[in-house]
Amino acid sequence: MGMPISHIMTSGMSGIRAAGDLVARMEFSKGMRIGEAKDYVAKKLDVTADDLSDEYVMRELREDLGIGVITSVAGAPKGIAAKSNIEKLLDIKINSCEKFRGQLR
Amino acid sequence: MATEYKLRMGDGKRLFMTKEQIVADLKEGMADAADLGDIPDLSEDEIDKLVEIITMPSRMVGVEQGMEVPVTHDIGTIRIDGDQGNSGVGIPASRLVGAMMHERAFGADTMELGHIDYSYKPAKPVIAQEMQTMEVCQQNMIVPLLYGAMPNMGLYYTPDGPFENPGDLMKAFKIDEARESMEHSAKHLTRDIVWIMQRMMASGSDGVNFDTIGAAGDGDMYASLHAIESLRKQFPDIYIEAGMAGELLLGMHGELEYDGTVLAGLWPHQQAALVAKAGANVFGPVVNTNTSKSSAWNLGRAVTFIKQAVKDSTIPCHVNMGMGVGGIPMLETPTVDAVSRASKAMVEIAGVDGI
Repeated sequence: MGMPISHIMTSGMSGIRAAGDLVARMEFSKGMRIGEAKDYVAKKLDVTADDLSDEYVMRELREDLGIGVITSVAGAPKGIAAKSNIEKLLDIKINSCEKFRGQLR
Repeated sequence: MATEYKLRMGDGKRLFMTKEQIVADLKEGMADAADLGDIPDLSEDEIDKLVEIITMPSRMVGVEQGMEVPVTHDIGTIRIDGDQGNSGVGIPASRLVGAMMHERAFGADTMELGHIDYSYKPAKPVIAQEMQTMEVCQQNMIVPLLYGAMPNMGLYYTPDGPFENPGDLMKAFKIDEARESMEHSAKHLTRDIVWIMQRMMASGSDGVNFDTIGAAGDGDMYASLHAIESLRKQFPDIYIEAGMAGELLLGMHGELEYDGTVLAGLWPHQQAALVAKAGANVFGPVVNTNTSKSSAWNLGRAVTFIKQAVKDSTIPCHVNMGMGVGGIPMLETPTVDAVSRASKAMVEIAGVDGI
């Protein structure tokens, strides 16, 4: 366990503490290299690329955008609901959201 | 008396070296990579930067602010509830709890769901359980969640699988029969990976992580590349991470090709193009750690190889930095000082897109 946590602390983007999940989604969904992925997400969020790893900036912004926050906020979007908002924000499709929508009657 | 700095051997043991000794080891490791891969040396500035990182007095170091990268994970949730064989810490917890702990407690950028036996083949008999777990995880998770496993083509050879063991055949000088056995195994492996991922995608998976491609040699990579190609055609939006098992693709077969390129003997920067051609989104290059050399030697060598792979790749590179690869010492509990220095060097000098 210590090794992955060391990497997260040394080099990682802190996931939903900041915007690591969003940058990772752009690398995976569009094959963007790190600089391009950060620029894309920063533009969509109207922040700087540096802000994407800044928990101070991202904590409140994530709650405002409804894209999931690290602490458990009652009533805030989580799971599929948060990812559905991420789809719209980043202009991408997320498979689990598509499957969820496909099951609605 | 010259100042000595605290380093590690490739097996993790404490080592004291002077700056001159560190530079000499860095250059020797770099030269080994440059010679084997027929790739350029690091620049003097990059060597100076490596020395600076290695000799920083802090126990733990970090990348410069603004240079952070996403981290992906092999083995994933099994770290929490798995046993020592999977580097697990044995906490009784469901895989959903493990995935959510990574997302909300550890700040993981992505996560992976895997089967406790962690190869594609043993996931087949329990596929309904895997699908159900993926569905529940996807309903609760926010970060990208891949399904991960090892291609592990060795499971298709006797006594574990249906095809005669190529090692036994080669010992009897039955080379053609050994090759034929590998080709049959590769077809079955491709078929199994695609079959499993069709079901995981139906369960909402974001995609797939191929962990340790090439562990059984060139046939293992041949099968994996064809599985990637098939999955990309069937699922144009699937996330595919293609992580390697070792730095050099071993030619167990020797004559297998993909897109006109012989697979045997490929180094990381040469593997990158084929992985992208097949349809992967992210490439996970590997450089093995030599336990008999210092961390300076290993890091000089690993950064030289990976820098070239990043340069030649057309898709993002998430370098493999687990136990015994990417300049990380080869032991079960890699030291934080060595892990953080290797991590920082890969981001700031090799220019990786992720880890």
